[in-house]
Amino acid sequence: MDLIADHISHCFGALEVLDDVSFTVRAGEVVAIVGPSGCGKSTLLSILGGLLQSSAGQAELRGAPPAGSLNPLTFVFQDFALLPWSTVEANVEFPLLHTPLSAAECRAQVDDALRRTGLTDFRATYPKQLSGGMRQRVGIARALAVRPAILLMDEPLSALDSQTRELLMEDFIRLLADGAMGAVYVTHNLEEAVRLADRIVVLSRRPGRVREVVTMPMTRSERGSAEWRGKLLAVQNDLWSLIRNEAIDAEREVQDA
Amino acid sequence: MLDRAPQRAKDDVSAETRPVAFRGAGFVPGASRFGGWIALAVVIALWQLAGTARLVNPLFLPTPLAICRAIYQLAMSGALWQHLGYSLMRIGIGWLLGTAFGIAVGFAIGLSTLARSVGITFISALFPIPKIALLPLLILWLGIGEEPKIATIALGVFFSTAISVYSGVDAVPRNLIRMAQSFNVPFAAIVRRVIWPGALPSILAGFRITASVALLLVVSAEMIGAEYGIGAFVLQAGNLMQTDQLLAGVVILSLFGLAIGKLIGLLETRLLHWR
Ligand SMILES: Nc1ncnc2c1ncn2[C@@H]1O[C@H](COP(=O)(O)OP(=O)(O)OP(=O)(O)O)[C@@H](O)[C@H]1O
Ligand SMILES: [Mg+2]
Repeated sequence: MDLIADHISHCFGALEVLDDVSFTVRAGEVVAIVGPSGCGKSTLLSILGGLLQSSAGQAELRGAPPAGSLNPLTFVFQDFALLPWSTVEANVEFPLLHTPLSAAECRAQVDDALRRTGLTDFRATYPKQLSGGMRQRVGIARALAVRPAILLMDEPLSALDSQTRELLMEDFIRLLADGAMGAVYVTHNLEEAVRLADRIVVLSRRPGRVREVVTMPMTRSERGSAEWRGKLLAVQNDLWSLIRNEAIDAEREVQDA
Repeated sequence: MLDRAPQRAKDDVSAETRPVAFRGAGFVPGASRFGGWIALAVVIALWQLAGTARLVNPLFLPTPLAICRAIYQLAMSGALWQHLGYSLMRIGIGWLLGTAFGIAVGFAIGLSTLARSVGITFISALFPIPKIALLPLLILWLGIGEEPKIATIALGVFFSTAISVYSGVDAVPRNLIRMAQSFNVPFAAIVRRVIWPGALPSILAGFRITASVALLLVVSAEMIGAEYGIGAFVLQAGNLMQTDQLLAGVVILSLFGLAIGKLIGLLETRLLHWR
């Protein structure tokens, strides 16, 4: 199943946020979206995931979702969005309660998602007892439980400290390794983008337009090796030189609101 | 290799040292466990001593022992239970009615644009009215039985409940609702599994307020016109200058209020353990 941004534009009142953004996320592909702060990355992801109605253009799906997918487009949130009154297990089960799954199937899906995120021993704990990294793992487990075709992630690591970020990055790379699941990964962190993405969509500053789509010159599994590390850094530097001037402008911008 | 910090000079070592002065004291008041009880006991003891030493006229301020005696006699004669029973019945029915309607209206205001625009206007206009002022009107409408008293209590409880419920619904983090929507969770399930538990802290905090509102209104209503009830009893005792009985009624009201507070506290620890 492909996800297509088809000439998406968006305004909040008089504020033009996105201007004619188009790109395609092919099945199993990981697309990173980078751009200066406030350029409309989160807005774009909300539109892609059907949580926000665009002013013009639309998000489209092409092809059937994989069999057994209960929620083809599934979000992983920056602030985790866990139900504080539910245990880890209940949080992961939450989206399954309203699906046609039987209780036994439900339990199997939850167990599987908890196992893949290393949360099996934490099923009875409450979110407030967990560290930020473990909370985001619950968010990821909840997303995995509904068998997504495409994960929509809006800066999923930016609320975490750098060590936890590194650990979760490794989890993401592992989860996305087999290509069964695609992802749209919004980030302002270029290093995350070059490590995870197959392609990187670079947005201009507000109103966000597609400035460039960078295709990564190596597969994800190759990127761990030493000889590619320099190459990765070069891509990252290229990206930064694309964004730098606009980032400066975006930062110096005075909010009218 | 990293640079080392320069070696301490010889004269540094010989120079006298002095501790850094501590300046972080205070501003962390903690309630000690028994302090409050001890203070209460001391005040009651002093009160009792002042009474027995005839420093105060027992007609104006009967001693704690006299009040206890009065409560005991009231309990033995059965009068206490009769008065308490009437008050409890009025509070119970009035509070339940007001709470049920308040929760329904509060949720409607929290969830629907139409209910919100209409509801908030009416609630802001009617909430400030001291509900006891409506009792005479309610008596005209409903007769002189229990109904107007119960209705007064229900009205007072209703407005506070509606307000605490809709502000609780408003305070449910929007990101949780978006999360549920992103998983295609149906509306009714979002209300039941996200909005209700999210609003519960505010709803229970509202119960504390409405419990005291109900207590205030039941006493006022019973003072205005009732044969039985703690309010009526306190008023009669005052008219007959039976101050020990009067204060017995006041103590019972205070104990009743405390008990309700405790009950809500229990409910909170049970239902909000996740906080
Ligand atoms: N609901 C809203 N109403 C009005 N303006 C909004 C709303 N949401 C976002 N905006 C504005 O739209 C612009 C784009 O916001 P958005 O959150 O999509 O940017 P972003 O690229 O995700 O930024 P960041 O890097 O800070 O996450 C910002 O200027 C923001 O202030
Ligand atoms: Mg954002």
